Parts: sequence; C-alpha cells; structure tokens
Amino acid sequence: MSDEEHLPISLTVNGERVTRMVPVRQHLVDFLRTDLGLTGSHLGCEHGVCGACSVRVDGAVVRGCLMLAVQADGTEVVTIEGLAESGEIADLQEGFVARNALQCGFCTPGMLMTAAELLAAGAPATREEIRTHLSGNYCRCTGFHAIVDAVETTLAARLKKS
Amino acid sequence: MKPRKFSYVRAGSVAEVLELLDRYGEDARVLAGGQSLMPTLNMRLSEPKVLIDINRIEALKGISVRDGPVRIGTVTRHAEVMRSAIVAEHLPLITEAMPHVAHVAVRNRGTFGGSIALADPAAEMPACALALGARLVLESVGGRRSIAADDYFKGLYDTERRPDELLVEALIPVPKPNTVSVFMELARRHGDFAIAGVAFQLQMEGDVVADGRLVYFGSEEKPTLAKGALAAIKGRPLGESSAEAAAAALDGDLAPISSAQGSAKMRLHLQRVLTRRALAVARERASGRAKAA
Amino acid sequence: MSNTMSDNVLRPDLDRPNSYVGRSLSRAGATRAVAGRGRYTDDITLPRMLHAAFVRSPHAHARIVSIDTAEARQQPGVALIMTGAELAKRVTGPWVGTLTCFPGMKSAPQYPMAVDRTCWVGEPVLLVVAATRAQAEDAAERIAVEWEELPAVADKKRALDPGTPAIHAELGDNLAYRKTIDNGDAEAAFASADRVVEDTFEFGRHTAVSLEPRGVLAAFDKGTGKLTVYTSSQCPHMIQYLYARTLGVPDHMVQIVAPDVGGSFGLKIHSYGDEIAAVAASIQLGRPVKFIADRIESFVSDIHARETSAKARMAISKSGEILAFDIDVLSGAGAYSQYPRTSVLEGTQILNVTGGPYRHKHHRARATVVFQNKPPSSQYRAVGHPIGNTIGEHLVDLAARALGLDAIEIRRRNVFPDDAYPATTASGITIKDMSHQRCIDVLVERMGYAELRREQAALREKGIHRGIGIACFIKSCAPGPHGYYGMGGAPIALQDACTIKLEPNGGIICAVGVTEQGQGTETVMGQIAATALGVPMSSIRVISGDTDAVPYGGGTYGSRAVAIGGEAVYQAARDLKGEILSIAGTLLQAEPGVLDIVDGAVVDRAGGARRITLAEIGRIGHFQLAELPRGSQPTLSHTRRFHLADDLYIFTNGIHGAYVEIDVDTGFVRLLKHWVVEDCGRIINPQLADEQVRGGCVQGLGGALYEHCLYDEAGQLTNGTMADYLVPMAAEMPDIEVAHVLTLSSVSELGAKGVGESGTGAAPAAVMNAVNDALSSFGARVTTQPMTPEVILTALGKV
Repeated sequence: MSDEEHLPISLTVNGERVTRMVPVRQHLVDFLRTDLGLTGSHLGCEHGVCGACSVRVDGAVVRGCLMLAVQADGTEVVTIEGLAESGEIADLQEGFVARNALQCGFCTPGMLMTAAELLAAGAPATREEIRTHLSGNYCRCTGFHAIVDAVETTLAARLKKS
Repeated sequence: MKPRKFSYVRAGSVAEVLELLDRYGEDARVLAGGQSLMPTLNMRLSEPKVLIDINRIEALKGISVRDGPVRIGTVTRHAEVMRSAIVAEHLPLITEAMPHVAHVAVRNRGTFGGSIALADPAAEMPACALALGARLVLESVGGRRSIAADDYFKGLYDTERRPDELLVEALIPVPKPNTVSVFMELARRHGDFAIAGVAFQLQMEGDVVADGRLVYFGSEEKPTLAKGALAAIKGRPLGESSAEAAAAALDGDLAPISSAQGSAKMRLHLQRVLTRRALAVARERASGRAKAA
Repeated sequence: MSNTMSDNVLRPDLDRPNSYVGRSLSRAGATRAVAGRGRYTDDITLPRMLHAAFVRSPHAHARIVSIDTAEARQQPGVALIMTGAELAKRVTGPWVGTLTCFPGMKSAPQYPMAVDRTCWVGEPVLLVVAATRAQAEDAAERIAVEWEELPAVADKKRALDPGTPAIHAELGDNLAYRKTIDNGDAEAAFASADRVVEDTFEFGRHTAVSLEPRGVLAAFDKGTGKLTVYTSSQCPHMIQYLYARTLGVPDHMVQIVAPDVGGSFGLKIHSYGDEIAAVAASIQLGRPVKFIADRIESFVSDIHARETSAKARMAISKSGEILAFDIDVLSGAGAYSQYPRTSVLEGTQILNVTGGPYRHKHHRARATVVFQNKPPSSQYRAVGHPIGNTIGEHLVDLAARALGLDAIEIRRRNVFPDDAYPATTASGITIKDMSHQRCIDVLVERMGYAELRREQAALREKGIHRGIGIACFIKSCAPGPHGYYGMGGAPIALQDACTIKLEPNGGIICAVGVTEQGQGTETVMGQIAATALGVPMSSIRVISGDTDAVPYGGGTYGSRAVAIGGEAVYQAARDLKGEILSIAGTLLQAEPGVLDIVDGAVVDRAGGARRITLAEIGRIGHFQLAELPRGSQPTLSHTRRFHLADDLYIFTNGIHGAYVEIDVDTGFVRLLKHWVVEDCGRIINPQLADEQVRGGCVQGLGGALYEHCLYDEAGQLTNGTMADYLVPMAAEMPDIEVAHVLTLSSVSELGAKGVGESGTGAAPAAVMNAVNDALSSFGARVTTQPMTPEVILTALGKV
C-alpha cells in the first residue's frame, strides 16, 4: 500500500480541545511536538525504555512514544507544558532548580512527569522507594542523587503541610 | 525509527476483532497496551498490514471473582492488576510479581493479556499464569476454547493461539487456603527482563509439601514447570535438605540458554540459588500462616 | 574547603563580600528546562524543512557492488537520494585522522559516506531526504544495495597477526599507532625488587548514550551563500571550520549555532559523516535539512570508546615503596582514526596517567592502537583515565595485600607530598598544585574509614561480604597549545575567549567561546564576570554557542571551560572595569585608583559612597561623547583570550572511596555508597562542581558494572538497543558524597582547574578495588570490566 492512512482525532491537550487529521502510524509524542509545537516532551529511544517521552494520558503517566496519536482520540493529555502552567508541581520544579536536579534538561520533563505521580500518591517514600519509582527514567548527567534529593525534599514538605 | 505504513482499526467489539482476524490472519496484529508491539513497529521488525486496536472494548477489561476462578480481562492494565484487592487476596503471587514488571509508565499502559499473548520468556505474567494453573480463553469466529497454561506456552514467543484467535481473558483458579506462593527474580537493573526467576505455588500440610507448581522463567525459551524439582520436595518438610534436592533436580528440568545477559551455565546456577531462597521464604510463610491460623 | 600550604592567598577581589565566586547560585537554564521550555536541535523548525535518513551498512566489511535507487526515488515525499560516491564529488576530502604529533601514526582516507567499500556495521552509505522522517525511512528501505562481503577484523588481539588481512590495504597492516615511554630503568627496578605484582585486564567497548542523540538542522541560503547549521555540538567553531573546509563554503559564511544540548560527554566534540551528508543536502537543495540520529543508529554510528586489553606489573619494596610500573596496552580504535581528534588518545593517555599519584622513578609503558571493523572510537569523558587509574590502583591494592598493608596506608606512603610541587611523574608529566595527602585525610574522615573496616569485618563473620575500594587519581584538564591538538596540527582552538560589553542601561553582555550543555557554563561565567566587574548577577547575560555572536573559542571539552574560558572572562571583565573606572575618574575628576565598582555603581573605595551608576557610564559612553574629553574613544567592549603558556594540561588530583556488598551466590554487586574528595582549585559554584562529580561518577560506575558494546566475530553489534546496552539507572546507583580540597592553580589568576571528568576517571578504579576487596576473602579477583555477575561468579569458581 502506498497511501498514508490518516484518521481524525479529537482530544484535550493541556486543557485545550484539539482536532486534527493524523497519519495512523504517527506516535503521540511526534504529534504533540510537530503538530502542536509542544516540544517539551522528548524522544530518547523510541523503544519505551528511556522515559524521555513520558506524558500523562487520562491521569496516568505513559510512554508517549509507544502510543499512537490515533489512540489518544477522546483522551485528556497533559504534557510538561501543561503541568508547568497548572502549578501542580510548582514546588517540585522549584526544588529541582534549587537543588540543580537537572543539567542538560533533556530527561527532566519525563522525570518530573513521573515524580509527579509519586507525589500525587501522598504517601511517604524512602530514598530507595524514590529511586525505584524513577527507575524507568534515564538520566546521564546528574547520576540521580540530586534528583532523589529534590523529590525527597518536596515530598517531605508536602506531607508536612497536609 | 518510524514505523512502516499500516492500516488501523479501532475495534468496538470482540466480534469486530474476530472478523478482522479471520480476514487478515497473520497480516493483522492486535494492539493492546503496545508496550512490546510498538517498539517492534518503531524498529521495523514487523510489518502488519492491519493494526487492530482493542483498547476500547469494555468487555475485555476488568478483574472479577464470583463462585470460581478469578477472571482477568485481556485489556486490564498491569497497574490495575497491581492495585487490585481481589488479586492481592486471592492471587498474592501476581501481586508480589508486579513491582518487577518494567516501570510505572509501562504498567500504566501495558496489559495482562498482552503480556500473556506475547509470551516473552523473561516476562513475569506468563510465569505466574503457569504457576497458578491459569486457563487462557481464546475466541475466533469459529468459537471459544480455553487452554491450560501448561499447554499454552510452546516456545520462544510461540503460544497455542492461532493467528485468527484473540486472547480474551485469563481464568485463574483461586488457590486453596493451605497455599503458599513465592515470587523471586534476578534482573541486572530494576524492571529489566529477568535473567532467572521463579514463581512457586505450594499446597502445604503443616510444613510438609503436599503438592505444588514450581515455575522457572527467564532462563529458557518459555516458562517451565519443573516436575523433577517438585518431586524432590513433595511429601517432605520444607528445609535445607529438600531445597538442595530440588536445586539438584533442575539438571533434569531445565536446559537454559545463553544470551548477552548470561551463559546457560550461569542461569542454571542462578535458578538453583533462587530455588533455595524461594523455598526458604516459602517455609517462613508456611510457618507464619500456621501461627496465624 | 580547606587550603593547602603556602601561596594560596585568595585574591582580594574574589573574596569580597559581594563576590559570587564560591556561591551555589541556581541556573537560569534550569528554570526553562523544568517548564519544558528547553530548545534542542530537534525542537527547531524552519520553513520547507526536509528530513534525512540513511541506508547504513549491514556488514562489518564489504565492497559495494551495485546500488539501485529506482524504486526508492518513486516513494512519496522523496526530495533527494545521494550515494557516497555522489557526496564525495561535493566535498573536499577525504579526511585522514592523524596528527603530526603522533610520529608514525597512520589512518586510511575516509569519506563522509562509504564510496566503494564499507568498514563497519552502521557506516552511512546512502542519504535519503524526504518530507518526513518516516517517508525517508520508507524510501531508504527500498534502496537495493548489492554487497560483496569481505573478511572482517573484529578481535583487536588478532588485528596484527600475520594471517589477518589489513582492513585498508594501502596501510599494509592494521596498526594505527604505537607509543612507548621508557623512563628510568624499569628493567633493573623489576629485577631487584622485593615484590612484583602483575595482572591482565579487559575493558569493554562503550558508547556515550547521551539522552538527546546527535543532530543537525542545516539551512543553506542560495541567495546569500550563507550556511547556517543548528547542531547539538560542544565545539561550534571546530564544526564551522570543518563544514567550511569540507563543503566549500568560506568560513566567514558559515554560522554554527549550538542550541540547548541534551547531554554530550565528548560524544559531540567530533565530526560525523552522516551530519556532513545532511548539510551537503541542504546546500544542494537550497532548503533546510534536518537529521536527528535515532537511538538504533546512534549505537552504531556514535563514536565508541574504552576498548582496551592490558597487561601490567608493578615493582615494590618490602617496606611498601612503589618502585616501577610496566604496562602494555592494546587499544581497539575501530575502522578509521576519527577526524580531527584521532582515535589514539585513549590508548596514549593510559600510559601517561597510570600510577600518576605516586613517586616511583621508573616507568615503562607501551600502547598499541589497532584498526578493527567497528565504529571509530575517540575521546569520551575522562579519555583513558578510567582505564589507567583502574590498572594502577588495582596493582597498588595487589601490592598492599601481598605486603599486609592497609589500602590507605600504602597510598600514604607513596603519593607525592603536598609540598612536592612542581614535580614530574615517572611517565614524564609536569604536575603542579596538588594535594594527594590532604585528600586522603579528608576521605578517611568523610568515609569513616576505620569504622567501615570494623563493620566490614563484623559482617564477614555473618557471611555478608562487603568491600571497600580506594582509588587515588590525577586528571588531565584544559589542554594547552603545546599539547596534542595544537602541536599536531588539528583545527581546534586551545585558547578561549570572552568579549564583554557594557550596554547603555548598565547591563552587561558576556559572550564566550566555551559552551553550555547543562553543567552550568553560562552561570559560572556570569558569576566570574559579575564578581570581577562588581555588578549583580541580574545585570549580566552570558551568550554562548553561536559562532556569529561569540569570539573564536574551543568549546567545552576536556574539563576546560572554567580553567581556560573562565580566565578569559575574568581578565576581560577586569579590562572593562578598568575602562569604566577610567571614564568615571574623568567625569568625577578623581584618580581611578580611589574608585571601585560595587553592585552596579562606581563607588569610593574608602567609605563606599556611591558616585555614579554604570547606567550613567553607559549612557554617556554610547550617546553623550561630548561629555568626555576631546579625543576620547571609549569602546566599552573588551576581548581577552587565555591559553596555557607552557603546560600541556592542568592536572588535578583526588581520591575515590567505594563501599559495596557482593551477593556471592548470584554475583550481583550492590553499590552502598561512594565518596569523592578532589582538588579542582578555585570553585566558582560549589553545587555545580559537586554535581559534575556525581554525574561523572555514575557514568564511570555504569562502565565498570553494566555497559558493554557486545560484538560478535562478524563485527555485528549484538546489543544495540536501550534494553540490551545497560546504562546505569536510579535504582542501582548509590548516593555520592563529594568534598573538595583547595589548591589554587598557579597558571592563571582565577586559579581554577577542571572538575567535569574527575568522577568518571576514577570511579571504575574504586569500585573494582571494592569488589576485589570483598572477593579477597575467597582468594578470588576480577580484572574485567564490566564486572557482570558472570564475571564475578566465574572468579568465585561458581560457574
């Protein structure tokens, strides 16, 4: 077959209703990046291992590179841009900056997206549990220690407040 | 790495899926969680003409138990299985295995049925299905059949499922009250595929093993039910001596394969180590249960 | 921080109350990145942009018999298909990756894409440019290449066997380079020594796995003849030169812009044929062409590193005095020596740095670098040091065990004393401003070394096997013009530069030739400039990475940014301050010497009264020249360059401690904790310095335990995916404690050395020593990296 099959999708991205025709073989992150200009989600491997592509679909963090854009029809997608704008993880973002829990920043959106799920659970976590939770997000720059520090500090502050 | 072109159908019902599978057979692939299929498409390792997306079929979802086995629908996310109170109560082996299944994001999307259908030899859920004596239910336009896990897993990514069949659910018998289960695996990094692993289910009478299913995975082309290892401990109390006998019996039960992650020799050694450790844990759990009773 | 002795006065202008030097400020780039507002090469789109994909060689060595692109040309969206032969006509070349400072070195001519013969799996062979990457890949799949397979040389140990064919017939054999160092009289030292310890070592091939892969977005404007390339590179000026020379666009018509870079680690200081091809396509088409390497092609086309076999011995007296080292190193370079930095530096650095901390007089070392049908290898974080430090520190531990000496004690007896400098190592390196003794003291205290040994012994009784590993190291940083690149004729700047300007509002623009990859270069340069000038950080913007906007520099590599680039910033800022005070003095009718700049205003040195703001100076200096004396021509812009006057490198020193637990039944190693104490001279931003050490450590630990490019006999990479090439992830890595000792560098005013590679350089040595410390109870040891469970179980005799 030589024709590129397209299908219409209609979904909510960062609170905004979006309707587009997409090639059926296009994955969700390529759609977000190229069709919507949301370049905060990154591609590091396209085999679901590195976590750079992590986005939130219907409330859960998923590998955006392993989901087709057509599969996102009717869903609510939140990217790092939306997460940042909502203020949901303002404390975590500040914690990352203060602790320098990022260097090149390429893993950071996925790392924040994944850590956000841990914070949302609202339960205490040891450093080992934080490391386990983040075990699917590759970072080559920080060696993870600073990231664990930032998540631990933010979690403790949140639990103290509540 | 972008996939080749394919045709995509968002199936609305099981009937629709079966009709498509009947029409396209091996030219179609079923898309469930996509955590294994999508990488192969991205890497252009497979070339389906049609992708049949079953993610929206409600009939294929959910966990229930009602006068009989626990039913897990094929499109039930790993995350849901991991959180399930039904699974925790009745199938603690699966609950114990779940944290080893990849990572949070993969479990949020990947499905129980998808893992069983793929039958990766290092995957946790096929091993658990075999240890728990699950029955896998397949449907096609020709009808419905249920296959015992013992007969379902045939080889490397090779199962009893025919190209025109859809795995619709797993039916897992609720273990008897005297059952103890242990799951253990060794992986180079958390969430990696196992290089050796065990999923044990034992029926105990006191501290004596009445019966059981000892499954080994990650070291061969499919999960293996170890008959010799069971024979070595059946009718005996759990302890160092019977564990040693079980470990020795693996020579007859397993023929591990070599890979980048380890030689056959090392894998056999690791399975023996896991045998001793898992049986020691089983003993603790059996005595713990006896104390609680 | 604590000083070492003597000549270590902190400069008054850096130590003042409002100095930013020594403060852990957060990075502006971090604030953008956490909001998803990073701007990496693939985030940039240009009108009518096209996408590139490649046909890559499936064979390690093969002749191209025929190419058929007819079907591919018919595919939707295809704009251009180019063969290696067609590209060769459009470029000057070929490249030959040799440097004149390596006498006798040879390498075969290399074109950006294979012309009639391919020499490694993954080598680019054809370029396809199409409207989307997916379409380019569709077309690439329909290109039919007929190959005639040739014998492949995969095993470096057989590369020089008489029966092994030369990969490049014109070279005669597969030898790239041989180097020997023979200082003192090693032969005599070994003959007369009380003890000799020896071992053989294997180090696996690695690849950088930066999370952002390589990428270029090239845009050639046919109207103006200007070539603009956005590229994830550490060295924009070098890339500018290479693209200009290779593609025939004059240097001054080429602009290279490095946007945000998603990790580099030395991977991105090199030139790549596939990138050249994409740029050539843009020139031919007159349209923007983007090439982003995907992960699968990255594994087989990024430079590789580390593949080494070694034999080494060390002579020692019965009182524990190290007398001599003798090492023999075989380095697997891949199919070509990478242009322009060569593929021999890893092997030769091993000769220089092994045993570097110690005072022995005799040092014999040989490196043999050979070609193989594998991707070219070249400089990657800590070049050669992970191997050299492992070899040296392992032998020191062997000697300690043989003599019944503690690991710390034997090192105390042998390191250069802190007052010994300047000195020369037995390998012939000039070393200055070091602090091995002080670093050992701090490590012992921070580790709680004595308590750890007690804990280790107690747990051993219970069958729990822990190991403690120590590794002293030296690290070459910040190369100077007298070193390899400069003396060897490479088109790589060994100086660096800063242009600093005062804006009309009193703001400062600081343009630097060094580059940012997230380590904090821009922040640190800003801190230096703000301190030297006397302005708040908020008044300064640092610009980097754009050859149109910054003075000519070398980029960031080899831990040079602060030592070289920072010094240029410091001096340029001081020059600007001088001009500002001169103008202020004229306006205020005061001697400049009685004035200072504090917090963005000119003040009286005595008393601190504010006299005139920098905004006033800016307004007058740019717009109201009539207020200045006739003939005044203020520039309010100053450029300074800095380079090492005499030294080949600035060397730093330090020490690592590793604490591990081995499951002796499974061979699994658990990293309990890691410590680093190091001396990088003046630290501008302590948090950023610490984080460089941490990240570098984990990169080294990954190589020591997990990472390995596995090749079969046919030269095929068998584990080229993220699932099979094991990079270190969060759950397996330890917390890392970092401490610093301060000995200012004497070769610059700022006194900063380098810190980016100190973690990677010696973490493998420390962790292997820790593993062997635990295994010593069993009379077992390992000398292969990665130290997989299989390696450990084999050493224990369990498999």
